[in-house]
Amino acid sequence: MNAQATPPGLADRVREIVADYADLEGPLLPILHEVQAAFGHVPQAALPVIAEALNLTRAEVFGVMTFYHDFRSEPAGRHVLKLCRAEACQASGGDAVAAAVRARLGVDWHGTTRDGAVTLEPVFCLGLCACGPAGMFDGRLLARLDPAAAEALLTEAGA
Amino acid sequence: MKIFVPLDSAAVALGADAVAAAVAAEAGRRGIPAEIVRTGSRGMVWLEPLVEIEHEGRRIGFGPMTPGDVPALFDDPAAHPKSLGPVEDLPWMRRQTRLTFARVGVIDPLSLSDYEAHGGLEGLRRALALDPAAVVEEVVASGLRGRGGAGFPTGIKWRTVAGVAADRKYIVCNADEGDSGTFADRMLIEGDPFCLIEGMAIAARAVGADRGYVYLRSEYPVAIRVFGEALARAREAGLLGRSVLGSDLSFDIELRVGAGAYVCGEETSLLNSIEGKRGVVRAKPPLPALEGLFGRPTVVNNVISLASVPVILERGAAFYRDIGIGRSRGTIPLQIAGNVKYGGLFEAGFGLSLSEIVHDIAGGTASGRPVKAVQVGGPLGAYLPPSRFDVAFGYEEYAALDALIGHAGIVVFDDTADMLAQARFAMEFCAIESCGKCTPCRIGAVRGVETIDRIARGDAAAIPLLRELCDTMRAGSLCALGGFTSYPVLSALDHFPDDFARQREAAE
Ligand SMILES: Cc1cc2nc3c(=O)[nH]c(=O)nc-3n(C[C@H](O)[C@H](O)[C@H](O)COP(=O)(O)O)c2cc1C
Ligand code: FES
Repeated sequence: MNAQATPPGLADRVREIVADYADLEGPLLPILHEVQAAFGHVPQAALPVIAEALNLTRAEVFGVMTFYHDFRSEPAGRHVLKLCRAEACQASGGDAVAAAVRARLGVDWHGTTRDGAVTLEPVFCLGLCACGPAGMFDGRLLARLDPAAAEALLTEAGA
Repeated sequence: MKIFVPLDSAAVALGADAVAAAVAAEAGRRGIPAEIVRTGSRGMVWLEPLVEIEHEGRRIGFGPMTPGDVPALFDDPAAHPKSLGPVEDLPWMRRQTRLTFARVGVIDPLSLSDYEAHGGLEGLRRALALDPAAVVEEVVASGLRGRGGAGFPTGIKWRTVAGVAADRKYIVCNADEGDSGTFADRMLIEGDPFCLIEGMAIAARAVGADRGYVYLRSEYPVAIRVFGEALARAREAGLLGRSVLGSDLSFDIELRVGAGAYVCGEETSLLNSIEGKRGVVRAKPPLPALEGLFGRPTVVNNVISLASVPVILERGAAFYRDIGIGRSRGTIPLQIAGNVKYGGLFEAGFGLSLSEIVHDIAGGTASGRPVKAVQVGGPLGAYLPPSRFDVAFGYEEYAALDALIGHAGIVVFDDTADMLAQARFAMEFCAIESCGKCTPCRIGAVRGVETIDRIARGDAAAIPLLRELCDTMRAGSLCALGGFTSYPVLSALDHFPDDFARQREAAE
C-alpha cells in the first residue's frame, strides 16, 4: 500500500477520536497521540479534519504536530528501535552501540531500513540512566546495551 | 508467602517481568500460595531486579535476580546465593534520609490502604484541618525550594497564587523530567503515585485551586500506566473529586502525556503544550503564578517539590528545615548515573560532597578507570573535574562554581571521555531541542556546533569565538535552554583545556 494513500474511513475515525476528547481543555495533544496510535502516524488527511472539528486553521494543527518529535508524518517500519543519545548513556558506551546499530542497519537517525523492518530513532533519556546504554524496542525497555546485544536483538527481529 | 518484585522501569529493563513470571510459575509448580506484589524500586539499580521476601517482619532482599535464581527462593531463602539480608540494613539504605522516597520500593504503589498504613494521607488530613494560609506558611517555613532546577522557594510561589482572586486556579505538576541522568520523578510516580496526588491536593487546598494537571513525558510508559491507574483509584476512594476525603475541597487531576520535546519541561512552554499549542517559551512577566494555564493563576511545581509536601505537613516545617545546609533545606534525591559501579537513587540531606557521592556512595566508575568529570544538573549543567569534588551539594554552593544542581542528576564519566565531544553535544542538543522563539538559542546553538568543529579541526582562533557565542546565548536567550548551554560548554573548555588543544596538535 502506498504510504501516503488515505486509509479508508480515515475522516470518520478521526472525527470519532476528536469527539472522544472534545470535553478536555486544550485537547489537541491527546488527539494527535490517539490519531498516531490508530494509524501509526499522523496522516496528512487527518489534519483538516482535526482543524475543522476544533475550530483551528489547518496551519495551526500542522504547526503543533511538527513541533513535537513524537509525531511522525510517515509510517514507521515494522519495528521501532529507540536508542538513548543523552549524556549518562554516552558515559556508559552509548555512542558505540549507536554506531554499531547504524552500520548494521545502514540507516542514520530517523531512518527506516529499505525492507521496512526497522526504524531507528534517537531518544534523549528514558530515565534508565543508572543502567545505560538504554533503549526501547517496540515499547520494550532495554538496559545495559552493548553492540552484541543490539545485534542479537535486530537479528531476532529479522532485521 | 508474599514476594515483592519491582515494576519500576529500570528493574523491568533489567528483567523484572521475567523474574515475576518465574516466581508465579515456581509457586504454581510447588502448589504454594504466593502473593506477588509489584513495587517501586529501592533505587539500588545495580541490584535490580531486586526481589524481597517478608520474613519475621523484615524484608529480605535477593538480587540481582534472574529467572534461574527463582526456584532456590522457595528452598531455603537464607542459603540463597543472591541473598542480601535485610534490605534496610544495606549500607546504601542505612546512609540515607528517606523522607520523600520513604515508601518507594516498600509498598504496593496502587494500594491506597498500603499507602495509608505507611503514613500516607496524614499530611493532607492535617492540611484540611488548617486554615489554607497556614498551609502556605508551613511550606514557606520548611525552606522547601523547587526541585525542578531553578530552586525557587515553593511556599513563596504558593503565596502568590493564594493571594490573587480568580474564578479558576490550577496546580500543574511538571513531570517532564528531560534531564539526562535524572529519574527521581519517574521512580516516585512508579513507586508512590498517591504521594504526588496527596501533595497536589495539599497545594490545591493551600492556594484555592480546583483543577490539576500532571504533564508526564511520553518516554515513561510505565509511569504513565501506573499514574493513570492511581488517578482512577484515588477518584474511586474519594481522594480526588468534589469532596476530597469528605472535606469541602473539590479537586481533580488530569494526566497529560508529552510528545518528546525537551523544552516542554520549561514551565511556560509546558503550559502552552497543555493548552494544545506548540511548546514555545512565553516571555515572563507575566509569571505563571498570576497568568498561567489558560491565563489563570497557576502553581507549576516539579514532582519532587510536590511529593515532599506531604511529609512536611505530616511532620512539621521545623523537622524538614532542620535537615540540610545553608539555604538548601531538607532532603534531595540524588540520582547517580552514567559510568558508576553503584548507580541509583540516594535521598540525603543537602550537603554531601561530590567526592563522597562519587567515590564512597557510587563506588567510583563501573569501568574501573579514573573519574574524569561529573556533569551535575542535566544537559544544562556544568562538567566538574575531580579538583572541585569538595563542593557541598546545595543551590548556592554550586552557583558559586558556575555550576548548578538542577534536578540533582549526577553523571559520571571516566578518563576515556572527550570533553570537546561533550561540549559539542551540548550545543547539538540545544540546536535540536530549541523551541525556535529566540535567535540566540536557535541560531547560536547551530553556530556553536560549527565553531566547536573548527576547534576540533585545529583552529584555535575559534576558541574566543566560542566564548563570545556562549556569552551571547547566555545574555540573550529567553529561557535557560539557550541561556545555560554555556555551562556545560564553558566548564568543559575551562576545566579540560587539553581536550580542546590536543585536537589542534593532532591536526597539525
Ligand atoms: C529547558 C528547560 C527544561 C526544564 N525541564 C524541567 C523538567 O523537566 N522538570 C521540571 O520540573 N522543571 C524543568 N524546568 C524548570 C521549570 O521551568 C520550572 O522552573 C519548574 O517546573 C518549577 O517547579 P519547581 O519550582 O518545583 O522546581 C526546565 C527549565 C528549562 C529552562
Ligand atoms: S541518559 Fe540514557 S536513559 Fe537517561
